[in-house]
Amino acid sequence: MKAANGHVFKYGDNVDTDVIIPARYLNSSDPKELATHCMEDIDKDFVKNVSEGDIIVADKNFGCGSSREHAPIAIKAAGISCVIAETFARIFYRNAINIGLPIVECKEAAADIEAGDEVEVNFDTGIITDKTKGTTYQGQAFPAFMQKIIDCEGLVNYINQKAQV
Amino acid sequence: MGMTMTQKILAAHAGLDTVSAGQLIEADLDLVLGNDITSPVAIHEIEKMKVEGVFDRDKIALVMDHFVPNKDIKSAQHCKCVREFACRHEITNFFDVGEMGIEHALLPEKGLTVAGDVVIGADSHTCTYGALGAFSTGVGSTDMAAGMATGKAWFKVPSAIKFHLTGKPAKWVSGKDIILHIIGMIGVDGALYRSMEFVGDGIGYLTMDDRFTIANMAIEAGGKNGIFPVDDLAKRYMEEHSKRNYTVYEADADAEYEQEYTIDLSALKPTVAFPHLPENTKTIDQVGDLKIDQVVIGSCTNGRMDDLRIAASILKDKKVAKGVRAIVIPATQQIYLDAMEEGLIKIFIEAGAIVSTPTCGPCLGGYMGILAEHERCVSTTNRNFVGRMGHVESEIYLASPAVAAFSALTGKLSGPTD
Repeated sequence: MKAANGHVFKYGDNVDTDVIIPARYLNSSDPKELATHCMEDIDKDFVKNVSEGDIIVADKNFGCGSSREHAPIAIKAAGISCVIAETFARIFYRNAINIGLPIVECKEAAADIEAGDEVEVNFDTGIITDKTKGTTYQGQAFPAFMQKIIDCEGLVNYINQKAQV
Repeated sequence: MGMTMTQKILAAHAGLDTVSAGQLIEADLDLVLGNDITSPVAIHEIEKMKVEGVFDRDKIALVMDHFVPNKDIKSAQHCKCVREFACRHEITNFFDVGEMGIEHALLPEKGLTVAGDVVIGADSHTCTYGALGAFSTGVGSTDMAAGMATGKAWFKVPSAIKFHLTGKPAKWVSGKDIILHIIGMIGVDGALYRSMEFVGDGIGYLTMDDRFTIANMAIEAGGKNGIFPVDDLAKRYMEEHSKRNYTVYEADADAEYEQEYTIDLSALKPTVAFPHLPENTKTIDQVGDLKIDQVVIGSCTNGRMDDLRIAASILKDKKVAKGVRAIVIPATQQIYLDAMEEGLIKIFIEAGAIVSTPTCGPCLGGYMGILAEHERCVSTTNRNFVGRMGHVESEIYLASPAVAAFSALTGKLSGPTD
């Protein structure tokens, strides 16, 4: 699995799915359209400032609230290559894996890394490197099957590929 | 090592004698649920899968409840997509306008969920059916698609927290106050990844509607599910509503719990969650002087008969305060009809409230009661996140139907005086 590399957007505890993608936009399920409203209610400038490959770092319980898969879909379609958090809400965790958005739990990285830092995440080893600060952190490495799901861009393609073998 | 109630249900559905916390299992599903927001995404996914149809057309429930009757063209397109899918696959339990209700009130009422079931739903409040002694949990659309295709889902077996509920709650204390008290105590991630198992003599004082409210908000503490033991009241409810056989599971005496709490229900007071998290709770005597603009009584949390009866008993022969918009939303067509026959709808309308067809509408800021900048709403719904019901500078105070009704009369966040 290819390493993620990008600049960091930093948020606090309990970033909920309503601020990730407000329900007023859930009359669409088009990833590109959802991406244009990603993080709108917590960070109006996110969409303007995000570049392909950037990384979100947050504290506890990222993605709490609704089960809307539109939340990880919007984040991924906005160009985010990885979300690092101290912990994730359980439905968001499942959904992110299922749609192929890499996520890593790491308390120390979540605490230290600051907005704007350049960060690299190696998914094979779980090692997170803050290139700006010159620090490294050990996140949880994905088990092989989860890496494959993400490589396949989600559970559906993974199931289909398995069926073909 | 013994198993918790949740673990026993999961073991039985995975064809295993025992399971333990942390174990990855694949379980057979008794029901797969989706709504008009999550199902279109799932349908898109299932159509990409190389599968022939759905696993069982009787074990899928598709409920059009969030943005119906359709609030705009895009919502109408979503419902059309689900309607066509339901028709193509001859889905038995497709509930459209006229038959629909808010999914988590509707499914138990229609007898589609019973004790011992394993249910997944692409809606976070799917945990509601734990009130009947089922394992039910929210998932996303891709899991829903895989569930519809295969009838199976993978789970990490959860560990559990046990809540001993003891004593009889006071007059104005309901299921909502109990669960808000618990979330205030353990926090919005206090039960992350875990089961919340409720036990104790206090449960005998709770109506089924109280229990649905408590199980419904397990997700607001981060829980995977919330679950109640199956007593005579629960059995009677299922026998009245369902033709299906149910299976009663009980936790082993030596089941392991990560934490245990005892809550004396007789000591609880009406409780309100302040913006912008369900854990920001205060008892009603601590809320201060807060002028409000809107009251919402409804949702999958508190739109059932008990909720409407309590609200009506407070609003009867009185008037909603000038400047307050009071919105009452019975959760299902049956509840709407029962409320009408009991005269509750008349009470609401005469008090100056409006009564809507069932919809999730305002709870998630969809329509039917969106808040403007700096407005405050006392709501019986389940989330008070930033922007949840409208403008990012609006505020939601989560409360019981009683507190919502008292607040509607005074125009301020307020509770009973007795």
